[in-house]
Amino acid sequence: MLEAIRSPWPWYISGPLIGLMVPILLLAGNKSFGISSSLRHICAACIPARIPFFQYDWKKEAWNLFLVAGIVLGAYLAFFYLRDQSRAPLNPALVSELGSYGIHPAESIVPVEIFNWQQLLSAKGLVVMIGGGFLIGFGTRYAGGCTSGHSIMGLSNLQWPSLVATICFMIGGIVMANFILPSILNW
Amino acid sequence: MEIVTNSTSEKFVHTDFEIASQDSQNSVPPKPSLGFYVRFFVIGVAFGILLIKSEVVSWFRIQEMFRFQSFHMYGIMGSAILVGVISILLIKKFHIRSIDGEKISLPKRTFNKGQVYGGLLFGFGWAMTGACPGPLFAQIGAGATVVIITLLSAIAGTWIYGLLQQKLPH
Repeated sequence: MLEAIRSPWPWYISGPLIGLMVPILLLAGNKSFGISSSLRHICAACIPARIPFFQYDWKKEAWNLFLVAGIVLGAYLAFFYLRDQSRAPLNPALVSELGSYGIHPAESIVPVEIFNWQQLLSAKGLVVMIGGGFLIGFGTRYAGGCTSGHSIMGLSNLQWPSLVATICFMIGGIVMANFILPSILNW
Repeated sequence: MEIVTNSTSEKFVHTDFEIASQDSQNSVPPKPSLGFYVRFFVIGVAFGILLIKSEVVSWFRIQEMFRFQSFHMYGIMGSAILVGVISILLIKKFHIRSIDGEKISLPKRTFNKGQVYGGLLFGFGWAMTGACPGPLFAQIGAGATVVIITLLSAIAGTWIYGLLQQKLPH
């Protein structure tokens, strides 16, 4: 049993379990699944600066901050204690493309050649880590949700604006991954 | 879009439907107990485990997805949404209430252009960092400590959006 848990999970196991987050949160406290609003609550709690967008009682939304704190711990436990040596293989075309940028998939879930503290001082690291992070935070709030709030919760509730948002997430990602990111990684 | 009057009694346009307590129909129980918060912490732990085991937090899997080189991510998203749709249908059909006895409220979303402009910008960030907001927290838990900087930058992005919200096209 533990062996099965420690090996990589196929999509048809992990996907439905992720989908169960929707009813679990609704039943556990009438909460809609959505992670990105935690970023807004952090702004409202720490740096509201009289901006109307951050003038609300963030304490009433504190459950969301407990949820993301749990994610950090859960990820720690899974990564260090619930994994074995086997890896689901990556597409060889991707591996050879990344190799041409000097990126070699290894243990970590991010390419350590870019995502490390030293690279923060390089142009490449700055654009990918700080620029990318900024776009996530700005874009998700502009769109009113992220992959959990729109693509899973919104689509589960058959909200067509969430379908628009999800299609735009995908278009943005496809354009970046295929046409812009390769030049950034080639620097 | 609807106009809501917030606590500073400035009119501002409500485009974000993720703050339940701004929605008057939504009753948040007064002073939740510590147990209420522990409940969500435990759910978060389970979700964090899922994010790692499903590999959706892997920068490499995200690159595969956007290059159409693997079915993995599409299978996950598709099956997760299917389970979500069925769950909500069942909750509605049987008028299931939350464990505190609350009537389940499902937020309706209205269209605004932010879903297009913001969605595209979010997609750029997703492909660059290999993470959306949930995975940012998970990558940090999995030992990629430098992602703390990416998370701080995402918080800064959210703050700048809040600052500019009234001036941006919606």
